[in-house]
Amino acid sequence: MFNPVVWQMLTQSLNETVYMVGISVLLSELLGIPLGVVLVITDKGGIAENRLINGVLATVVNIARSIPFIILLVAIIPFTRLVVGTSIGTAAATVPLTVAAIPFVARVVESALKEVDSGVVEAAVSMGASTWQVITKVLIPEALSSLALGVTITTISLIGYSAMAGAVGGGGLGDLAIRYGYQRFRGDIMLLTVIVLIVLVQVLQMLGDFIAERLNHK
Amino acid sequence: MIHLKGLTKVFDEGKQRVTALQDVSLEIQAGEIFGIIGLSGAGKSTLVRCINMLEQPQQGEVVVGGVNMTKLSKSQLRESRKRIGMIFQHFNLLSSRTVFGNVAFPLEIAGKEKASIRPRVMELLELVGLADKADSYPAELSGGQKQRVGIARALANDPQVLLCDEATSALDPETTKSVLNLLQDINRRMQLTIVIITHEMQVIKEVCDRVAVIESGRIVELGSVLDVFTAPETETARRMIRGVIDLEIPDGLIDSCTPSTTKETHTLLKISFIGESAGRPVISTLVRECNVTANVLFGKIDHIKDTPFGTLVVELIGSQADVDEGMALLRRHGLEWEVLKGV
Repeated sequence: MFNPVVWQMLTQSLNETVYMVGISVLLSELLGIPLGVVLVITDKGGIAENRLINGVLATVVNIARSIPFIILLVAIIPFTRLVVGTSIGTAAATVPLTVAAIPFVARVVESALKEVDSGVVEAAVSMGASTWQVITKVLIPEALSSLALGVTITTISLIGYSAMAGAVGGGGLGDLAIRYGYQRFRGDIMLLTVIVLIVLVQVLQMLGDFIAERLNHK
Repeated sequence: MIHLKGLTKVFDEGKQRVTALQDVSLEIQAGEIFGIIGLSGAGKSTLVRCINMLEQPQQGEVVVGGVNMTKLSKSQLRESRKRIGMIFQHFNLLSSRTVFGNVAFPLEIAGKEKASIRPRVMELLELVGLADKADSYPAELSGGQKQRVGIARALANDPQVLLCDEATSALDPETTKSVLNLLQDINRRMQLTIVIITHEMQVIKEVCDRVAVIESGRIVELGSVLDVFTAPETETARRMIRGVIDLEIPDGLIDSCTPSTTKETHTLLKISFIGESAGRPVISTLVRECNVTANVLFGKIDHIKDTPFGTLVVELIGSQADVDEGMALLRRHGLEWEVLKGV
């Protein structure tokens, strides 16, 4: 079970997973956070209420979230090819992962920001704060703890999604488990990958909880 | 300082239309502490929110310090808001910032230089007595301390006006007193105009110069606190005042008075006094100068800010002529009275 070949396959797959998930978390947070902020401020009673923008964005987000990931993975192959030049491989897998995570992040951010006491926002507005100042000095700092938990949830979900990346030759732990553990009846490899995944998720959750706790002054 | 002209605000809650303010006009003088009292849902919160345009009235004008708030562009409005401080029932402090950070917040919003922020914040914390809590987070403070931070924050940009929206309603009576004392102190020292919204008559009685009573979106009574408290014109005001100043005469008191005989008149008088007349020894003067006996049956004295006022129920015993003379003497001393029984 612990022969160097298996070990090497395992570390390589772990690297691929970390790479795919890392990049897509980074990119989806970068694009999903502004989207979540816009969803909150344009909502009814928000500081920049705009029913039209809110309605359109909410619908787009809902549509994107209803598409099963495995279908999204193949459906956006032309787009993937446009971005990374190929539709196969680890780098190519980051594109659908990011696309799938953006609306997810937007909703997570939205619910985190909605937890911010509306009285605090009102106080800032009463002091003459602009919309941008309310976002950067009130909404985001006040929601930082919840946002950290949100990033944790997103990361763990993306680890799950990345298992399907094998479908486009993306590699990763999930792919290893399917190809060796399942298709070649290597129960030991299956078990090892699952253990690595459990440890990975466990460590991420603990790290996320720790950071969220440090950021929470309530 | 604040001039409200014909404010009307209607909330459109789906099918329901709620009129929060109906043609409200009000003038608040510079340097005064003005109270607005009403039951919940009377429209007082909406009224105070109209002063800094957190609520936009559909009709009417709001003029603060000569600036017509209803006619400003968004950026002009932001500038004007910096000169109107506001404190809240639930304090509304940023939980992610320390006490120092909370007081620094409005200064950052106003684009003040970093170097000038620190001394200003420390000065404000000194003023509200929380200099030693600068590095604490709001969660570590008591309610009274949080409101002090709120006050320091509201004063940071040297406002002309301080709006207090139920600022003491979440505090216990003792803390309320200390916060009110602080507000009064600030009012005197800085000549700051303060508008207090509350449902507690005690708060009005403690610090306000003038008061407006609001009911169903209209101002039903307006005047100096002393006038409204001693001679309320509306049932609403009377009901609210009863809670803090109970000058009602106990039942059965009137019946306990001895009936008059042909030789002696027994007259039961209810004497009301306000201000300096409360300080004069009128009863002993009465007994000395007129040939009557005075029997005090009931008395209550209270203070509004620094003015004493109260009620006294006295039984005057003597010949009809002497009693009449006694009552005339009381009038001469500026006391109001009414006969409850006798004569």
